[in-house]
Amino acid sequence: MALIEVENLTKTYHDGTVETRVLQDISLTIQAGEFIAVMGPSGSGKSTLLHLLGFLDRPTSGAYRFADRLMTDYSDDDLARLRNQKIGFIFQAFNLLPRATVLENVKLPLVYSAIPEDSWELKARAAIETVGLTARLNYEPAQLSGGEKQRVAIARALVTNPAVIFADEPTGNLDSRSGGQVMAAIQTLHADGRTIVLITHETYTAEYAERIIRLRDGQIESDEPVAKQRAGEKLFNK
Amino acid sequence: MTWNNLFRTARRNLLANRSRSLLTLLGIVIGITAIILVMSVGRGAEELILNQIRGLGSRTIIVEPGREPKGPASFVELFTDSLKIRDLPSLKNPAKVPGLSGIAPNVVQVVTVAAGAESLRTSVIGSAELLVDILGVYPAVGNFFTAEDIKQKAAVAVIGVETGRKLFGQTSPLGQKLRIKDRTFRIVGIFPAKGQVALFNIDDLIVVPYSTAQEYLFGINYFHSFIIQAASEALVPRTVSDLKLTLRENHGITDPAKDDFHITTQADAAERVGTITGILTALLVSVAAISLLVGGIGIMNIMLVSVTERTREIGLRKALGATNRDILYQFLLEAILLTALGGISGIILGAILALVAALILNQIISLGWQFTFPLSAAILGLLVSSLVGLTFGIYPARRAAQKNPIEALRYE
Repeated sequence: MALIEVENLTKTYHDGTVETRVLQDISLTIQAGEFIAVMGPSGSGKSTLLHLLGFLDRPTSGAYRFADRLMTDYSDDDLARLRNQKIGFIFQAFNLLPRATVLENVKLPLVYSAIPEDSWELKARAAIETVGLTARLNYEPAQLSGGEKQRVAIARALVTNPAVIFADEPTGNLDSRSGGQVMAAIQTLHADGRTIVLITHETYTAEYAERIIRLRDGQIESDEPVAKQRAGEKLFNK
Repeated sequence: MTWNNLFRTARRNLLANRSRSLLTLLGIVIGITAIILVMSVGRGAEELILNQIRGLGSRTIIVEPGREPKGPASFVELFTDSLKIRDLPSLKNPAKVPGLSGIAPNVVQVVTVAAGAESLRTSVIGSAELLVDILGVYPAVGNFFTAEDIKQKAAVAVIGVETGRKLFGQTSPLGQKLRIKDRTFRIVGIFPAKGQVALFNIDDLIVVPYSTAQEYLFGINYFHSFIIQAASEALVPRTVSDLKLTLRENHGITDPAKDDFHITTQADAAERVGTITGILTALLVSVAAISLLVGGIGIMNIMLVSVTERTREIGLRKALGATNRDILYQFLLEAILLTALGGISGIILGAILALVAALILNQIISLGWQFTFPLSAAILGLLVSSLVGLTFGIYPARRAAQKNPIEALRYE
């Protein structure tokens, strides 16, 4: 089943009189359960694509179907609700609340959901368990290593049981060892059947994906399956 | 987002910046403290004056010369000489003023009094026997002067304990000689220590027969006031109108607008006091409110800083599903919580200061000042401080809510 379908998606920014076309005529389909890596040099439009697909921004033109529904007419509040229910984000800079514990950070998306409060604790603990940080439940981010922080962010992305997880350079701020742990955690999510869209410029992380889309100057340069799957995984786990 | 979670988030953010929150709070605390203090002290002063007026008794009617003072222009008319000795018989006439049960004509002036080597400047009251009945204070030692003393223009005086102590030290003043404006008076009575009763401080009094005061001391043939007692409280309105008719007849006045006297009852006086203290309190409260305005601007400033500092947090919350309204409420609640906290602190601090002020006032001037804490002031304080939070918090909160999530997430 196609989870995400975009057709001729274009995004243009206006800065005064200067018009910058960041994305041009992007058409792609993402099936439920796929693990996709989006690669490309900086300025190629990969972050913009992620923002559009993640309902953080609206395209200038083109059609976006999410689970067979056209997204064009959704209001800001509808999009906020969709982000909450259907999407999990993992950011390069982790973006954890500094003065909240691991548990509170993971609960944060639930705060904005319609999920009854008495089930939050259980859901949050389960998500933290998945990333193997149960021992750090009451730590604050400042007490965690970079890799642990990102795993908290993964738990947070996971806690609402979203249809798709967008990860924007999740290992960009990490050393290769922590990066490996983070990628392993993402790999586990995928193994559980989740759809994952990973933005990266590092080939070794992209190799976790089943399919790599390369962007250049706002256009799709190539879109092909990964031949040697799990090669990267072996690299980290030796 | 539920209220419960909004509160928890707001509390965490305020606690995280504890010293900043406290400093921001200070402006509101000072403003509300000032308002509470002014309202409490204002109410205390009003109660005090009202008690003194009530001390006159509900049957008491005061007639004074001149038109009713209604602003600075008529001030001169206060000092007219329209109340004369010839008014007395007609006012005492039961056919003309049937409700009148007693009348004390008064003259008063600040003069130098002396005994031996001691002297002091104080006000001397010339009055009649009824004065002690109206005040309900009778000499503890000796007697008040009599109707006969008035008729004879006797040089006798009744004094308060404080006056006696100043002039005679430890010696009992009874029977002693007292010089008022170089005339010698014999002290026939001493009031007990009573402090303030009605319009007079009993302890500082010097009372002589009005006839003596008029002729030998002040050299005048008119009165500064008539203190009149009605037979009953119910008869007060009737007596007032009878007094007016009689005085107009005596003074040949046909147009009531040209009255050369005015009449005050206890009810009138209480009303006037209420009006005056009300205006004064409102004035002082509005001055205090300026500090609330300043405090509110401080809140707005700090909230704007907070919004900028937490730009990334706002972006994150939006990415995780917060709507614009969620963000708006979060920042607004923080501002309101901050000012309401300031308001509560201000109410407590204001009440404590008002209590201290009441204690000090009682120590210094022994007026029988009552500490009052108007509930309306507390409610007003809380309401106003929350309103300040709402007013000055809405702009920063809107700025936060309208942030673009992408730009907010990218913000360094």
